[in-house]
Amino acid sequence: MNQPIRRLSFVVALLFASLLVSTTLIQFVWAKDLNARPDNRRTLLSTYARERGQILVGDTAIAKSVPADNEYKWLRTYPQGTAYAHITGYYSFYGAGGGLEQAENGLLSGSSDKLAFRRVSDFFTGRKTVGASLELTIDSAVQAAAVKALDGRKGAAVALNPSTGEILAMVSNPTYDPSGLAGHDLSKVDAAYKALNGNANKPLVNRAIGGDLYPPGSTFKIVTAAAALESGRFAPDTELPGPAVLDLPQTTVGLPNIGKRSCGANDTTTFLHAMEISCNSAFGYLGLQLGADALRDQAAKFGVGDQLSIPMRVTPSTVPADLNQPQLAQAAVGQYDVRVTPLQVAMLSAGVANRGIVMKPHLVRSVLSSDLSVIERAEPQELSKAVSPEVAAQLTEMMEAVVENGSGKPAQVDGVRVAGKTGTAETDRVSRAHAWFTGFAPANDPQIAVAVVVENGGDPDSEARGGGAVGGPIAKAMIEAGLKK
Amino acid sequence: MTTVSALSSRKGRNVELGLLVFAVAIVALAYINVGIAVEGAIPPSLVAVGTGFVVITAAFHITMRLRAPYADPLILPIATLLNGLGLVMINRLDLANGRDLAEGMALRQLMWSALAAGLAIAALIILRDHRILRRYTYLAGAIGFGLLLLPLVPGLGVENYGSRIWINLGPFSFQPGEIAKIVLAVFFAGYLVQTRDALSVAGRRILGLTLPRARDLGPILVAWMLSVGVLVLEKDLGSSLLFFGLFVAMLYVATERTSWVAIGLLLFCVGCWVANLLFSHVQRRVLLWLDTFSREALDTSDQLARGLMGMASGGMVGTGLGRGRPDLTYFAESDFIIPSFGEEIGLIGLFALLILYVLLVERGLRTAIGARDGFGKLLASGLAFSVALQCFVVVGGVTRVIPLTGLTMPFLSQGGSSLLANWTLVALLLRISDHARRPVPDPEAPNPVANEPTQVVKLR
Repeated sequence: MNQPIRRLSFVVALLFASLLVSTTLIQFVWAKDLNARPDNRRTLLSTYARERGQILVGDTAIAKSVPADNEYKWLRTYPQGTAYAHITGYYSFYGAGGGLEQAENGLLSGSSDKLAFRRVSDFFTGRKTVGASLELTIDSAVQAAAVKALDGRKGAAVALNPSTGEILAMVSNPTYDPSGLAGHDLSKVDAAYKALNGNANKPLVNRAIGGDLYPPGSTFKIVTAAAALESGRFAPDTELPGPAVLDLPQTTVGLPNIGKRSCGANDTTTFLHAMEISCNSAFGYLGLQLGADALRDQAAKFGVGDQLSIPMRVTPSTVPADLNQPQLAQAAVGQYDVRVTPLQVAMLSAGVANRGIVMKPHLVRSVLSSDLSVIERAEPQELSKAVSPEVAAQLTEMMEAVVENGSGKPAQVDGVRVAGKTGTAETDRVSRAHAWFTGFAPANDPQIAVAVVVENGGDPDSEARGGGAVGGPIAKAMIEAGLKK
Repeated sequence: MTTVSALSSRKGRNVELGLLVFAVAIVALAYINVGIAVEGAIPPSLVAVGTGFVVITAAFHITMRLRAPYADPLILPIATLLNGLGLVMINRLDLANGRDLAEGMALRQLMWSALAAGLAIAALIILRDHRILRRYTYLAGAIGFGLLLLPLVPGLGVENYGSRIWINLGPFSFQPGEIAKIVLAVFFAGYLVQTRDALSVAGRRILGLTLPRARDLGPILVAWMLSVGVLVLEKDLGSSLLFFGLFVAMLYVATERTSWVAIGLLLFCVGCWVANLLFSHVQRRVLLWLDTFSREALDTSDQLARGLMGMASGGMVGTGLGRGRPDLTYFAESDFIIPSFGEEIGLIGLFALLILYVLLVERGLRTAIGARDGFGKLLASGLAFSVALQCFVVVGGVTRVIPLTGLTMPFLSQGGSSLLANWTLVALLLRISDHARRPVPDPEAPNPVANEPTQVVKLR
């Protein structure tokens, strides 16, 4: 009987070997994936137990963790609440969501590979590992001005530093209070989240960089104008046809001007004047002359279609492919299926302002350790070259004229040369149009580029009463705040 | 059968004492470790719990010196260490759940340990020779099958979390399968010693295997039907696998014929396959096993998933005793005590625990090889293999090697029936081992009686 007993011991060895393998797989090979699971409560508790980094605007924390007297050890608070909700995002039992809390979770929680060295030194010195803090590029004055000027209306506002790509302000309305999601009372958090998530106005969505995107309306004429000037076939004083309704090939429906007015005597106008009054028929004509490829290429050079992360993921703006002639004319004035984010529209102005160079937009200026020493600093990066400096100068002149003489008058700032473009984007026949304004200032030394959209805020029959009247004052307030006027 | 291994006749009691001191020291350190980690101080209960634990250990050791001086010196220290570490983890979970010593599970576990060790001591004292058990072969068989099927009795058996392997006796609930494991090992050993010649008679050779005659298939078919019955009616794959695996292993040891193993495995696979086709509760277990993290599985039960996440959070070196969150898993102190350990002492610590079980089983199998009688060999190998198989079923269940079942980890898991059964098992192993390692009387030595001028002859 001894022989089978010896063989039985091999079976025993095999059984235990399988257990050694299975435990190794779980605790070593797959451990990282298991720990990263969103439903892993241990990971949640251990991340809650670690002090999360702050999110700073200047010296003020817009998100910080304060000690809590319960098993979670720390409570995440958002002192500025709604004003920065879409920048901070929220940190809840469901994990970090929206905004920087989610996009830079690794740094804020301290688990990022960038902090590996620090964690090792924490381990040996016995120091508690603390998440890294983020210092933002936001200018609190511009942000506050944008929030105040939007005054709760649905829409979004973005301000950029044209020469660096730093995001100076980013507001999306309607907004929410992230503190309501960061509490430790699970049922309250759950109720708050369900209410926000079920809200038809989608307050959790950051409209400045995502959501359903907007038709850009006439702000897209900056792209069409850039393509026209780049082609060398058109100059600001070129005569263009400007009838009340542009006849379109292949269809009986024409491309009408807002208010169905002619853009000049004898149904002709100059390129410059067409820009000033946002003449649809002239720009439709330009689009047809340039062709779909030139228009799409020019849009792409401004960043349309790029996958950007600021570090939040930005939904790429789109110009549809395979445009037929009527669609091309419509796209040239920002209608048809052209869809943009307000950030992209701000990048149009910023590109023109920065002599044709579009800088990569970003929100985080530097990553700071718990003792506020700098771990990483963002360097300005060139995203693309949109137009030549000469064309940029011509576009600047034309956009200055828009604010000085044309539809953008409400954005005028005393003593500052403001360049801009209005937009009134029709969504359907029933609702009011989206009111747009984008621009930059000072035109001779650009320091701030803005884009503003107010949903259903514009009068579809008047560009001046649409984008100019509604968007202009908001842009003006932001420019004034940015230039410390 | 006739093999007699010449084993060392060293008693090894001093080795045992040294190892026991070591085991108690590890347990005490672990206990203090938990106290410091959770409450920041050496736990005041250390004196009470520690004294109880030392008294039990000392009593057992003294019994060993008096009644089983030649027994294997590793078995008792390993069992003591595992039992002690189980106490530490149960106490740790008491603290995590805010139960103090008086109302906690650790104190009850300590009492059960004392009771179980007491029973084992009594068994060692009363049972002077394991061969006496052979007289009760068929009684053991009847009791064993009775115990196995007891949870099916209406009013007595209760279904806990899908498995019907518990019975309620007043304030106590009891897993009769644990005791059945030992009693059935006694039955199988006695039965197979008698019938092994018949079962190992050569049959036809097919594909290199000597297949038994059809009429000799009776016993294995009965065992198989019972195990399938347990699987289907008690809904417990673990008990079924344990019971049938034990039988097949002992049958193989008794007959030395591999064909029995092949037949057994085939039958078992067929049984499982059919059960999976026919019964929804089996399908649910299989779903949880194969697709633990699917939405559907998580909606059924996230226990296994939580255990896995606990183990993963422990990683290589563990969080340290008292520093993890094993209390987030249900049954962290019984069925899922291995994930609890995995979380807090890490993969390295878990390996150490598994090696302790390997050593225990190995000492049992060694005892079987050394035993001088067929019954002892079969019983020791059966008991040792049942421990191995149970470890495999439990740890394999929580680590997704096999579907999860409701068995407990020997010595570690919280639960009275488990402790009683496993300490009794250890007592039997010690008894056989004492017999196996006892020096053989030298036939060459002068027989003092034979030299007497007259002999007293017993007449009756």
